[in-house]
Amino acid sequence: MASRDDIKFLSNPKIGQNRSKYCRFRKFGIKHIDYKDAEFLKQFVNEQGKILPRRITGNSLKYQRKVSTAIKRARHLAILPYVTDLLK
Amino acid sequence: MRNYEVTFIVDPVLSGEEIKSTAQTYEDQISQSGAKIVHVEEMGLRQLAYPIKKRHSGVYFCIEFAGESVSIIDALELAMRRDERIMRFLVISLDKYGVQYNQDKRDGKVGNRKKAADAAAAAQKEEEEKEA
Repeated sequence: MASRDDIKFLSNPKIGQNRSKYCRFRKFGIKHIDYKDAEFLKQFVNEQGKILPRRITGNSLKYQRKVSTAIKRARHLAILPYVTDLLK
Repeated sequence: MRNYEVTFIVDPVLSGEEIKSTAQTYEDQISQSGAKIVHVEEMGLRQLAYPIKKRHSGVYFCIEFAGESVSIIDALELAMRRDERIMRFLVISLDKYGVQYNQDKRDGKVGNRKKAADAAAAAQKEEEEKEA
């Protein structure tokens, strides 16, 4: 019976595991999110214009809420669309 | 002293002077009611993400001001609602981080890293060309 050490894989199954998600606002010390900055806000929105969930973007709760209000303000001012098909 | 920011969109079919005079009216209204204007920014003609009142583009203005009483905001909003030349507006109260961010943006400290990298690369190229 082959022991654990003898089993080798072509690609290490542990390879994607160490990449940890972090909140980019906490890490870089960004305190304010500008609703007028469309290019920055597009990172948090999918191709249909919907706001991405926190588990995908990695934001902390506080900053996810700020991002969310910024996106909603930008939508009100027609800087971002409410719904579309070809945002990215 | 509370800091506020009002962003509004002016109808683009008006002539250039009318657009400027529209923005000027609100600037005057704000300063006359006792608030101090920090900055007026014309973000220019931009495409809208969706049509508003059948228009596809608009001229954006952003006025940042600081005031004491809250009644200036009510008066400002009322005037903007009545004005037919303004398609949308949004008044926001800025916290200290917002004020700091706007100040840094005006000073140029909020540049992208890419822009800074490009500028550094361009500056380096110039130096190499001078030596050669």
